Amino acid sequence: MQFNRTAAIALRQYYLIRGSVARVSPLFAWVAIDIVLWGFITKYLNTITPGFNFVPTFLGAVLLWDFFSRVMHGVTIAFLEDVWSRNFLNLFATPLSISEYVGGLVLSSSATSAVGLAVMLVLATTVFGLSFFAYGALFVPFLLVLFLFGIALGIVGSGVVLRFGPAAEWFIWPLPALLAPFAAVFYPLSTLPPWMQLLARLLPPSYVFEGMRRIIAGGAAPATPLLWGGCLAALYILLAGWFFTRIYRHAVRTGLLARYSAESLS
Amino acid sequence: MVLGSTWQRILGTAGSGGEPSQSSPVPSVPAVLSVQELRKVYGSTTAVDGISFEVGRNEIVGLLGPNGAGKTTTINMILGVLEPSAGSIRIEGIDIATDRSQALERTNFAGVYAPLPGNLTVVQNLRIFGLLYGVRNLAERIEALLQQFDLVRLRNVKSGVLSSGEQTRLCLAKALLNRPRLLLLDEPTASLDPATARDIRATIREFAAQDTGGLLWTSHNMYEVEDVCDRVLFLSHGKILLAGDPKTLPRAHGKETLEELFIAVAREPLALERV
Repeated sequence: MQFNRTAAIALRQYYLIRGSVARVSPLFAWVAIDIVLWGFITKYLNTITPGFNFVPTFLGAVLLWDFFSRVMHGVTIAFLEDVWSRNFLNLFATPLSISEYVGGLVLSSSATSAVGLAVMLVLATTVFGLSFFAYGALFVPFLLVLFLFGIALGIVGSGVVLRFGPAAEWFIWPLPALLAPFAAVFYPLSTLPPWMQLLARLLPPSYVFEGMRRIIAGGAAPATPLLWGGCLAALYILLAGWFFTRIYRHAVRTGLLARYSAESLS
Repeated sequence: MVLGSTWQRILGTAGSGGEPSQSSPVPSVPAVLSVQELRKVYGSTTAVDGISFEVGRNEIVGLLGPNGAGKTTTINMILGVLEPSAGSIRIEGIDIATDRSQALERTNFAGVYAPLPGNLTVVQNLRIFGLLYGVRNLAERIEALLQQFDLVRLRNVKSGVLSSGEQTRLCLAKALLNRPRLLLLDEPTASLDPATARDIRATIREFAAQDTGGLLWTSHNMYEVEDVCDRVLFLSHGKILLAGDPKTLPRAHGKETLEELFIAVAREPLALERV
């Protein structure tokens, strides 16, 4: 694995973002709107339910979930740039390996999601008084678990588009929204019916949000469940890598990759 | 041209034609490209049917044939973007199936159907592909290619707004970035005016003569093929029907020109198979 090839993919993304307002604004605009919207909702809820602070529970959850979504979209958008510019033939006729390519997508997503996170942190803390000290040192592992799972989901989404063609991008945009009810972002896991709880336990974010609520309620730091969530997320990264490689090999074997540049799959 | 002929003598592959090219192994100097019994089958359709050929150093080989003959399928397999159903591809002796990255470091290509991303500038595209190919002294190499292909004034222009001729020049600059040992050109002059096409042919001939690379070239312009190629391979229905010197091959098959021979291959391949 050569870093210069991974860097080339990330550099391409940097060039595209730097030269386009349409690409720069989504890095922070939507997450900022979410924080503002939920910031005011939590403020209002605080006024009608005295004695309970909704800010760390709801606004913190929104921030963490948006971070996860940005990570996932960061991977898929970097991948879709190659779909939109019909670049697969040029790219995969180079010495670039699949791991280097996916590494480049992850590097791009790390940078773009970091921008979104920074904007959300500034807004949430300065405008709405969200204090991340409330989560303690576990805030970092919270982010890490969500980052890993976002990467895994982004790789799977990219594999789906590679397999089913450019039009399949509409399958992957709503993926975070589809998972949100199961991930128990805004309510305790116990609220869900048993079959949904079963699925929720397979999703790393559910351990993050359960842990977040336990800390806010003054409970002990949920180190073991969070570790379990981290292990699950790492497993999903491996499975996502296996899935993408399998789809890529299928595309090379059947000729889909060579014909992708002609958009014959759309 | 002279060097190409020398190589043909070494390989024993130049001839007045009639017989499909067979590989002639030279133990000490591996061919730039060695294709053996290459086959690609899609369901019940055989796109490429067990072809074997080599491209030597400093040799320009034309891959000719009507639409659907299997030229682009062959090129895609050599580029590693399409897996063969059977057979092997070696670039400087390196098997692309087992050492893909190593083999592709020695290769590059330009094709009319694969323009560079239009949302990046000329210099951005060259920088990114230079990194992907691991080009040393990349900044200097880019400057040299911008000069060589008359792209200096267009360096900061988005590739998507270039004229088709300018895009072709950019694709060729990208194709020469890593000084490839094997250069694959799929109709490289298709969208160029005659004067620019002549300049491009001269540049490519210069590349073949000066560096140690070999070229596989597809074109439907028979004048160009005769002018540039040391050897041609005629493909029809996935098989190599004829191979030989483009200047002598037509007469060996009772045709006046390469174009007549091409038309015969396209219309009556079975008749030629019996020659």
